[in-house]
Amino acid sequence: MKNKFLVAIVASATIALAACDGGIDPKAAKDKESSVTNAGTLDDVKKRGHLNCGINTGLPGFAYTDDKGNWQGFDVAFCQALAAAVLGDPSKVKYKNLTGKTRFPTLASGEIDVLSRNTTWTLQRDVELGFTFLGVNYYDGQGFIGRKSLGVKSAKELDGASVCIQTGTTTELNLADFFRANNIKYEPVPIETNSEARAGYLAERCDVYTTDASGLAATKSTFKDADKHMVFPEIISKEPLGPLVRQGDDQWADIGRWVLNALIVGEELGITKANVATMSSGTKNPEINRLLGTEGSIAKWLGLDPKWAMRAISANGNYAEIFEKYIGKNTPLGLARGQNALYNKGGILYAPPVR
Amino acid sequence: MDTPDLNYAGSNKSRPPPANTVGIIGWIRSNLLGGPVNTCLTLISCYILWLIVPPLLDWTIFNADFTGDSGRECTTEGACWAWLDQRIYQFLYGFYPPDSYWRVNLAIILLLPALAYVLFDKLPFSRQGRWFSLTYPFLATFLLIGGIGLEGITTDKFGGFMLNLVAGISGIVLSLPIGILLALGRRSKLPAIRILSVSFIEFIRGVPLITLLFVAVIILQLFLPPNVTLDQLVRVMIMITLFASAYMAEVIRGGLQAIPNGQYEAGKAMGLSYWQSMRLIILPQALKISIPGIVNTFIGLFKDTTLVIIIGLFDILGQARVLQTNPDWMGKVDYETFLIAAIFFFIVCFSISRYSINLEKRLDTDHD
Repeated sequence: MKNKFLVAIVASATIALAACDGGIDPKAAKDKESSVTNAGTLDDVKKRGHLNCGINTGLPGFAYTDDKGNWQGFDVAFCQALAAAVLGDPSKVKYKNLTGKTRFPTLASGEIDVLSRNTTWTLQRDVELGFTFLGVNYYDGQGFIGRKSLGVKSAKELDGASVCIQTGTTTELNLADFFRANNIKYEPVPIETNSEARAGYLAERCDVYTTDASGLAATKSTFKDADKHMVFPEIISKEPLGPLVRQGDDQWADIGRWVLNALIVGEELGITKANVATMSSGTKNPEINRLLGTEGSIAKWLGLDPKWAMRAISANGNYAEIFEKYIGKNTPLGLARGQNALYNKGGILYAPPVR
Repeated sequence: MDTPDLNYAGSNKSRPPPANTVGIIGWIRSNLLGGPVNTCLTLISCYILWLIVPPLLDWTIFNADFTGDSGRECTTEGACWAWLDQRIYQFLYGFYPPDSYWRVNLAIILLLPALAYVLFDKLPFSRQGRWFSLTYPFLATFLLIGGIGLEGITTDKFGGFMLNLVAGISGIVLSLPIGILLALGRRSKLPAIRILSVSFIEFIRGVPLITLLFVAVIILQLFLPPNVTLDQLVRVMIMITLFASAYMAEVIRGGLQAIPNGQYEAGKAMGLSYWQSMRLIILPQALKISIPGIVNTFIGLFKDTTLVIIIGLFDILGQARVLQTNPDWMGKVDYETFLIAAIFFFIVCFSISRYSINLEKRLDTDHD
C-alpha cells in the first residue's frame, strides 16, 4: 500500500514534466515574436501564412459554428475577406474567440491582427485604448424588449423596472445614462452572455431586456409567444459596430479599411460573388476597373497585388450578399437593412470613392 | 463436581425471524414506513417524484424531437435532440480534425490501463503496467499534439469533452504531489521553506481562480519577452493546477495534523530520516484519512476546467453555448445542450467519487 502511493506520486511528477515539455509550441512562439511589433503587420501576416482574427465566442448571425465546426457569420466574413485580399485564401484565418472582457487586451498584446467582434466605435476605445477603427460594418442602436402585459408603451415609463443587461459592454453605460437623463430608477440584473440574458428574461428574472436592436430582433424571433412581447420604440444610443486594429501601423489599417470599403463599393457597383471573376477581366466602368485592378495603381499604394479586391469580394460576396447570407430577411434573425442600406437606398452606408 | 452446562442456550433451537421483518417487505417496513414521521416523509417524497418524473420523461423522451436539420423542425413541446447526430462530435472532440479522432480515442483507451495500474492492486503484469503508466503522459502528449510521423495539431483545436479530460486529468495528477510538498513545506522547521509555502498557499487561496486565469492569459503576455511564449492551454492548465494544489495542501495538512505525535516520534526512534519516516509512516496514514477531501478537490478541479472559455477554447460547455447561438438552433436547444454537458460531467465526477469510496474501504485497517 505504501508502495502504491509512491508509484502514484512518481507517476504524477513525470506527467508534470511531460506537460511542460509538450506544451510550449515553438510555432506559436514564432507567431508572437513577429506580431508584437506595431509596424509591419502585413509582412508578419504574409510570413506567417495566416491571419489571426478575433471574433465573438458566439453571437447569432455574427459568429457561430456550422455542423463541421467552421466559424461562420457576418463578423467572420470580414476576417475571410481580409485574408482573401492579403493572403489569397479566405480559409487562411486562425480565429481567436474573445469575450467582452478579453477582446481589447488580446488585440493590444498583438495576439490578433484584427478584431472583428461587434465592437462599438467609441472615442475612448479609439483614443485612450489606442486602437484604430476601420469603419462601420453595422449601424446598431440599443433598445428594450418587454412583456406587453407590463402595460408600458415607452421605455420612459419604466420607472422601478428591473433590467437584464450584459456586463462589460457599452449597453451597460448607455443604460445608466438614459435612466439618469430621464430621472427614472431601475434595478440592473447583470448577466454575462446573450443566451443567459434571454433565458433570464424568459424566466421573468427581469421586466425588460436591453441590448442592441439587432440582438433584440434575433432574440424575439426565438420566442414561442413572440406576440406577447414588444420592442419599445426608443433607441437610446448610437452603436456603430466595426472591425478594429492596433494604432501605429497605418498601412495595415489602410488595408483593412479598404477591404471593408471594397465590400460596400462592391454592392454599390453591382459586383457580386458570381460576376466578380468576369468583371475583373475589364468592364466599361472605370471605377470597377480601378477596384478590380485592371486600371490604375491603387493596389500598389496599398502594398497588395491588383486582384486583392476581386478575392475579397469572391470570398463571401459584397456587403449586401454577406448581410443577406448571415443576418438578412431570409435568415432566422430576419434583420431588415434599415440604416445599413446604402446611402442612395435610404440608409447611411457610405464608402469613400475608389480613386 | 459437575461443571455447569455452559451450552444451555444451544438446546433451544432458534426460530426464524418473523416474516414481516425480512426480505422486501421487511426492508420497506423498517426503512420507509418506520413510524409516523418516516411514513409522512415517504409519502411526500413519492408525491414529489410523481410531480417531477413523468413530465421530465415526457420532455426528454416521449414528447421530444429526434430528427431534423434545424430547430424549426423541432415542433413538439418536448426536448429537441435533432442536433445530436451532427453536433455530438464537436461536443466530444471540439475542433479537432475529424480524420484524427482516432488519436484522441486511442489516447483515452490507453488511459484506462494506465490509470488502472496506478489505482488498483492485484492486476496481472503489474510491474510492466506501472512502467506503462509512467510513459503514458508522454505517449498521450505525442498522440494529441503530434510530432514525429504524426500530423501536428495545435492546442487551439482541442475542445469538447476531450479538452475537459485533458485539462482535468493532468491537473488532478499534478496537483496531488505539489499539494503534498506544499503541505510538508508548511509544517517544515526550515523558516524559508515554511514562509514560501505559507505565502503561496495563502495567496492562491485569497484570489479567485478567474482572476488568476486572466493574469495568466492576458497580463503575462505583456511581461514575457517577445520571443518567449507559453501555449495558452498550458498556461490555463498550470493555473488550474496551482490553484488546486493550494487547496490540496490544506486538505493534506489536515491529514498530517491528525496523525498522533507518537507516530512521528516512532519514526525518529527507529532512526529513520525525515523523508523515510514521511514516506513509510506518516504520509500513508495522512493521505488515507485525507481521501474524502482530496477527492473533493479533484472534483472541484475537474469542474473548473470549464473556465477555458476565457482563452477562447470551447470545452463541452462552450460547445453547448456556441450551438445555442447558431441561427438554426437558437432558442431551441438551451436546456438540451446543458443537459448533455451535465450528463458527461456527472459520469466522470460520480466515477471519481465511487472510486474514492472503494479506495477508502480497501485501505480501511479498522484501527485508528
